Amino acid sequence: MHNMIVIIKKQLRDTFKNKTILIQFIMFPLMSVVMENAITLNDMPENFFTRLFAVMYIGMAPLTAAAAVISEEKEKNTLRVLMMADISPRQYLCGIGIYIWTLCMAGAAVMSINLPSSKRLFFMTVMAAGFVISIVAGACIGIFSRNQMMATSLQIPCMMVLSFAPMLSMFNESIKKISAVFYTQQLKLIFDGMSFDGITASSVMILCANALICVILFLLAYRRKGLE
Amino acid sequence: MIKCVDLKKSYGDNEVLKGISFDIAEGQIFGLLGPSGAGKTTLIKILTGQLEYDSGTVTVLGKDPGMLSGDDKKKFGIMMDNFGLYERFSCGENLAVFADLYSVPESRIKEILDKVGLTNAYKRPASDLSKGMRARLQLARAFMYSPKIIFLDEPTSGLDPQTMKAIHRIILEKKAEGCTIFLTTHNMEEAAELCDNIILINEGKIVEQGRPEEICRRYDHHKRIRMHLSDGEDKEFERGESAAEQICELLKNGVVETIHSTEPTLESVFLELTGRDLEEER
Repeated sequence: MHNMIVIIKKQLRDTFKNKTILIQFIMFPLMSVVMENAITLNDMPENFFTRLFAVMYIGMAPLTAAAAVISEEKEKNTLRVLMMADISPRQYLCGIGIYIWTLCMAGAAVMSINLPSSKRLFFMTVMAAGFVISIVAGACIGIFSRNQMMATSLQIPCMMVLSFAPMLSMFNESIKKISAVFYTQQLKLIFDGMSFDGITASSVMILCANALICVILFLLAYRRKGLE
Repeated sequence: MIKCVDLKKSYGDNEVLKGISFDIAEGQIFGLLGPSGAGKTTLIKILTGQLEYDSGTVTVLGKDPGMLSGDDKKKFGIMMDNFGLYERFSCGENLAVFADLYSVPESRIKEILDKVGLTNAYKRPASDLSKGMRARLQLARAFMYSPKIIFLDEPTSGLDPQTMKAIHRIILEKKAEGCTIFLTTHNMEEAAELCDNIILINEGKIVEQGRPEEICRRYDHHKRIRMHLSDGEDKEFERGESAAEQICELLKNGVVETIHSTEPTLESVFLELTGRDLEEER
């Protein structure tokens, strides 16, 4: 536990120095608050921007942050120093995961300001689940990549598909059909319902399948590459 | 403290270590000398448990490196070229991570930065440090936890003489505190100055080992004495009874400006044994 706390403290300290990561965490919460309060259109669904940006936030911030942090530590050989200082790979990955999840949840809490208080628990629960899947996906990329450049080239297409497909599915039926297999699209559908009762069995199954695939890919990447 | 018997390691078909054996007693500075690509870093990685070996026996702190516990590893101080720094963190913050990890009081950070001459760089980001300052910060990190064994992989490679001297001073201080130091270098002057014992390796094999001055004496084939006299003349004598009288006379007359025996340097011993230069890149 002590080692995980050291990792979390180190990351928190780095967050304020690493502008690229910091922007990832604050961009969507800030945009949702601003746009929700600044733009009002006729026939615009309730909390439209919050729901839209929530899905984009899930698909983008945790994934890029996890991939960037792990791949940078590998590239700069600081991970090796931590491993030699008795931090186990499990402690390191848990520390990074908890750090990203906590900051993302703080961002989600900011986004939830726009929602009626009765919907906040639902919103935060769905966000929490979405962040976990994205963190595992980002960790896969980070572990698999030798350096930051490789991580970026892998994370950008993943992030684009996961973040933008749900938005584009509002305008195109074909994209809607294809994107239904991604957890972010299912999260968008869940947010459209905006209640625990509105969650369908198929959405839960697709979310679980996505989570399982991410975990399997993570284990394969870890087995093949480790944290070296 | 550290023992290797017939250690072998290959990368595919390339046998990097071909039966290395040595024994390092507690409190020694042990030098591993060899040109680039001789297997020095591979050996240090095996000793610190970062790399598995193929055959032989290796014991560090009485255990196989692969069996070392977290507490055992905390007794190591490691400075390797491929051990990075947190570039966005200041020197103080870089050390704070490890102070946290080892539960060392924060006051130790300032103390150790003072020791390596980085007092004024406490708040300076690692990305702004010169190569010499980075080396000193890495050294400071290696000493955070008062280690029992310090592994230094080419600690002064590419540094200016002043920084090199500062690092040598710190290493000798650590030895005086009772640390065992394992040092790899291709700088024979550094090895001669610091090490109690050395091994010379070439292409994964030990070609010579012992105390630096003993090795040099062992290869002193000429056994001569060279003098430079005040009139500008250079004289050379074979060591022996007959030369002793002449040397004594010259010394009495006060005409001797310099006097040297002709034992070789470690560099020339290595050259004689392998036909290669220590500084030679592969």
